[in-house]
Amino acid sequence: MSAPARKLERGRVGEAVRRADGIPKTTGEFAYASDLQAAGMLWGHTVRSPHAHARVGEIDISEAVTMPGVHAVLTHADVPGTKLYGLEYADQPVLAFDRVRYYGEPVALVAAEHPEQARRAAEKVRVEYEPLEPVVDMERALEQDELHPDRPTHEPDHYRDDPRANVVRSILIRHGDPDTEGDVVVTGEYELGIQDQAFLGPESGLAVPDGDGGVDIYVATQWLHVDRAQVAPCLDLPPEQVRIHLAGVGGAFGGREDLSMQIHGALLALHTNRPVKIVYTREESFVGHVHRHPARIRMEHRANRDGKLVCVHARVLLDGGAYASSSTAVVTNASSFACGPYAVANALVDATVVYTNNPPCGAMRGFGAVQVCFAHEAQMDKLAAALELDPVELRLRNALAPGDVMPNGQKVTGSLPVADVIRRCAELTVPEPEPLPRDSLRLPGGSGNVTRGEGVKRGVGFALGFKNLCYSHGFDDYCAARVRLFAGADGALAAEVHCAAAEVGQGVVGVITQVARTELELDDVTLAPGTTSTVDSAGSASASRMTWMVSGAVAEACRAARGELGARGGTLAPGEEIDVEKVYRHPQTWPLDPETGQVTGERAHVAFICSAMRAVVEVDTDLGLTRAVWIGTAQDVGRAVNPQAVLGQIEGGTAQGLGLALMEEIQTRDGLITNASFTDYLIPTTLDMPPVDAVLVEEPEPDAPYGAKGVGEPPTVVATAAVAAALRDATGRDLTRVPVRPDDLIGL
Amino acid sequence: MRIELTVNGERHEADVWAGESLLFALRERLGLPGSKNACEQGECGSCSVLLDGTLVCACLVLAAQADGHEVVTVEGLAPEDGPHPVQEAFVQAGAVQCGFCTPGLVVAAADLLARTPDPTDDELREALSGNLCRCTGYAKIFDAVRLAAGAS
Repeated sequence: MSAPARKLERGRVGEAVRRADGIPKTTGEFAYASDLQAAGMLWGHTVRSPHAHARVGEIDISEAVTMPGVHAVLTHADVPGTKLYGLEYADQPVLAFDRVRYYGEPVALVAAEHPEQARRAAEKVRVEYEPLEPVVDMERALEQDELHPDRPTHEPDHYRDDPRANVVRSILIRHGDPDTEGDVVVTGEYELGIQDQAFLGPESGLAVPDGDGGVDIYVATQWLHVDRAQVAPCLDLPPEQVRIHLAGVGGAFGGREDLSMQIHGALLALHTNRPVKIVYTREESFVGHVHRHPARIRMEHRANRDGKLVCVHARVLLDGGAYASSSTAVVTNASSFACGPYAVANALVDATVVYTNNPPCGAMRGFGAVQVCFAHEAQMDKLAAALELDPVELRLRNALAPGDVMPNGQKVTGSLPVADVIRRCAELTVPEPEPLPRDSLRLPGGSGNVTRGEGVKRGVGFALGFKNLCYSHGFDDYCAARVRLFAGADGALAAEVHCAAAEVGQGVVGVITQVARTELELDDVTLAPGTTSTVDSAGSASASRMTWMVSGAVAEACRAARGELGARGGTLAPGEEIDVEKVYRHPQTWPLDPETGQVTGERAHVAFICSAMRAVVEVDTDLGLTRAVWIGTAQDVGRAVNPQAVLGQIEGGTAQGLGLALMEEIQTRDGLITNASFTDYLIPTTLDMPPVDAVLVEEPEPDAPYGAKGVGEPPTVVATAAVAAALRDATGRDLTRVPVRPDDLIGL
Repeated sequence: MRIELTVNGERHEADVWAGESLLFALRERLGLPGSKNACEQGECGSCSVLLDGTLVCACLVLAAQADGHEVVTVEGLAPEDGPHPVQEAFVQAGAVQCGFCTPGLVVAAADLLARTPDPTDDELREALSGNLCRCTGYAKIFDAVRLAAGAS
């Protein structure tokens, strides 16, 4: 269910603006990365490890290179520059040497005339593997042989020194007196499976050699400039000889932060001197990108009889899989948000992420907050039951507010309307139960093998969550934008904006043009293609940061252009132009002290965003099948730049959180993924999604341009917890693991 | 092998390898990449096209099977004077985000409305249940189809 859109006036900030890429995306005209072609193009294919852990010996390509249509077969010996890369810590081989550490790890590359020829040649690459015992349990990993000779914890002065084996990073936060006792104590252990971003557009790209030793890479990614920073050293090229251009992106959700085909395509293109396109199959996509960290969490909540939390202990263990990716930041986020958006004077948070031979994990929508929200919300419901308090009332009594100090020592400033979102969500009218008999489509299980509803029980759950906006902990984050203001032949002013922000579906191209129209008071604004060639970095399309950051950068560039225009008398002659580039930085953040887990400056996070959600479910307790009936949510959005797009983010984000609660899990056996397809990895369909009744709580963020907060992540953070709470209400079961399985729900 | 087929009203010939899908032939040989390669396993509906008027996943049809047949893709849906009402409604309702599922959904929704001009909510959900979308949570896709049903 959607709120009525505001009247479209001039495409400025605050209006429901039509997407400029909307019609091209509906007609098939819009070019995604996998749609690209070039004259003389070859198809690349990746040879991947069938083992989760093995020593790599000889790689024999002699037969593969003679196969029909084959132009190149490359191994690690053909990587001219650095052999390792990584988003935050370079520990991942471009192509495996010595060892493979996960199932599907790239070992060799093939380029051929036809994709089938490339696949067949790939089968003829003979790799000598000596299988090793895989490290597959995140708890046992702390005592098993080290998978990496170097790891981030060895970096001096940066991370907490942790002598345990395979620790990527650990955070220990001591807040107040963690020995403080309360009248009531509840404890719980929680577990989350591996979730996949499951974006629909598989990893794809086209690498084109420029004939001068350099390369152009057209790719679906989330951050063009950080891709270049990783690609160029591996190719042993200066950055200016590697130009990365944004091709159409078929969804991202964090899964395109890490590199996929970028270096591989460029290696093949430079080696063959032909354009090379790589398109992953769906199975390859499931092994070819990082996932959401699975987690084991133990929490203890202590409260007084009046319902005030006095102390929280949280132990969070995350499985980072084979390589570091963004694990170092995910674990920090998990520690920051482990106590939820609640004021608590005393806490002990112990969060660790480990290396294993499981699929590598990294960024996914919610980034560490999803896992802990599932746990702290289950705890709050337990606590409400122990105190015989209404769960909503308990949350209100403990709601975090500006002025409160978080466990990491940061005092909350700016806008964080936790109590408001709780109240606004609780006010939404929950639909009445639908009587039986009814159409089987509206029973748990849908039109398949269902009962007539005799064993159906209904449950209602409530959950609250929060998260940071933008990059944290001292990262020097910035966003650049460039504005060209010029006069057409008729003397009318027009503007062209350059910004390397990745449009991944969220609608940032709309935000950029809305801001430019608002600041320039001009209607004729166009956005140039995203590339590393014409403008500096925009930073990543992640961490709910892009709306904030592009708004700041585009506004500054536009204001500078207007200032210059004023200096020139307010008009430009035909052919005359103003061209300015500006860099925007958000307020500074500081890292945590590695020993105390306390922030070393004013703030660890730039700002926060919160959301409350109520979910209604039905459970067929004979069959273990579920139906989500209705979801109501109130979300803090700062200020909605485009209300229609904001609602779209909330509905879509809710679907991903619901998916983790009910069906989504990457299954592994000894580190091997066993369900790498949409047949076996299920995501919500039209029959799984209930209506979402969303309220936007607009309390402008003082530090953000226009007061606007990023909005994509909170619905995903809170939806898993809300749906799980509703299932508990329906069944009376603890349901401490998601996704909840049918056999968790039967035999009541 | 050489095949001949009609796509969006135009006769085409193509040399295809016997194992190639209709989806690959459309995208890579006939210059019609509108039908999308999201799963190529018949699970997501992103490659939905009409084959002799029947809604199919182009990834599950061999190019050779389409020899002598008539195909309508998302590129051929719109009349000459502008977008198809379903295409217009998708944009108007905010049903497009990353858009990778959109061509398949547009073809499936247009097919639904051609058969059932005023579908109930249950008919709508059932008819589109073979089309996965990862961005929208479907709410605005339902809004779009209702909008298109009202417009036509």
